[in-house]
Amino acid sequence: MSENLVNPENLVYKKTDAMTDRVLHYCPGCGHGTAHRILAEVIDELQIQDQTIGVAPVGCSVLAYYYFNVDMQEAAHGRAPAVATGIKRVFPEKYVFTYQGDGDLAAIGTAETIHACNRGENILVVFINNGIYGMTGGQMAPTTLEGMKSSTSPFGRDVKSMGSPLKITELVAQLPGTYFATRQAVHKPANVRKAKRAIKKAMEYQKHNKGTCFVEIVSNCPSNWKMTPVQSNEWMEENMFPFYPLGDIKVPEK
Amino acid sequence: MAKRGDVVIDIEKCKGCEVCISACPHEVLSLSSEVNSKGYHYAVKVNSGCTGCANCAIVCPDAVITVYREK
Repeated sequence: MSENLVNPENLVYKKTDAMTDRVLHYCPGCGHGTAHRILAEVIDELQIQDQTIGVAPVGCSVLAYYYFNVDMQEAAHGRAPAVATGIKRVFPEKYVFTYQGDGDLAAIGTAETIHACNRGENILVVFINNGIYGMTGGQMAPTTLEGMKSSTSPFGRDVKSMGSPLKITELVAQLPGTYFATRQAVHKPANVRKAKRAIKKAMEYQKHNKGTCFVEIVSNCPSNWKMTPVQSNEWMEENMFPFYPLGDIKVPEK
Repeated sequence: MAKRGDVVIDIEKCKGCEVCISACPHEVLSLSSEVNSKGYHYAVKVNSGCTGCANCAIVCPDAVITVYREK
C-alpha cells in the first residue's frame, strides 16, 4: 500500500533547507522557481550555506533574498556584479553569486556584467533569460527574439529598427576573465539535472580562484508570452533554443 | 517490477502549472477539480503507478512535491 511508503527512510526528494518556506511570488510555471531551487540544492550539497552570499537583482527575481536561506544583498538595477565584486574582494573565502534576469543583466547592467567578467571577478553569475521584461509587463528586452511580440513591439521585433537579440553569454565568453560559460534550461527533468550539474561545477570553481563563472538559464515567461506554462515550455523549445542553443560555451582548459 | 513510490503534494503552495503532469512518465498526476485557498487547481495523484523517479519534484517551480520510494 502506498501509505506506508511515506516515512523518512523512504524519502528520495524533498525541498532543500537552503530555501526558505516562503511561497514564491512567481507566476505559475515560471522557471525562476526551478532555477532558485537547483541553486539552493547545490549550496546545500556542497555544505556552503553559511559561507555563501547572494546578490539579488531588480526584476521579477527582486525578492530572491526572501527565498534563499543564505546571506543576501539587494543591488541597484543591473549592478549586482559590481556589488558582488565588492563582497568577494572583502570576503575572498566566501562563495558569492549573483542571480539576474535578462533585463537586469543584459540591458541596464551590461557594463557591470561585461567589466566584472573582464576583470575575472571570482563570482558566479546566474543569468535567467526569458527574452522579455517580466515584472514591468512584458516589454521588449535586448534578448527578445526577432519577430517576437512584446508589449513594446506589438508587431514583433523588427531588427532593422530595434536591433538584433543579444547573445550575452557568447559575448562574455570571449573575455579572458570568464572561466566557465554555459547555457542551460530548466523546463524538463533532464535539463534541470544538467543545469544543476553546471551550477555545481561553477560553484566549485570558485574555490580555485580562476575567474568568473557564467551560467545562463533559458527560461519561460508564461504570463507575458500569454501562454500556459506547458505551452510556453514547448514554444521555448521551438523558438528560443534554435537561437540560444544549450550547452557549454566556454569550458576551462584541462 | 519497478519499485513503488509515492508523492506528497503541498496543495496550498501548488499553483497548478501542470509542468509536473507533463514530466511524469507514468501519468500518475492530474489536476484536481477542487481549488486551494488561492484559487488554483492543484496537482493530485490519480493512480498508484508512481515509481518514485522524482521527475515531477525536479521540475516543480514551487518545490511542493516530496517523493518517497521503497528501499
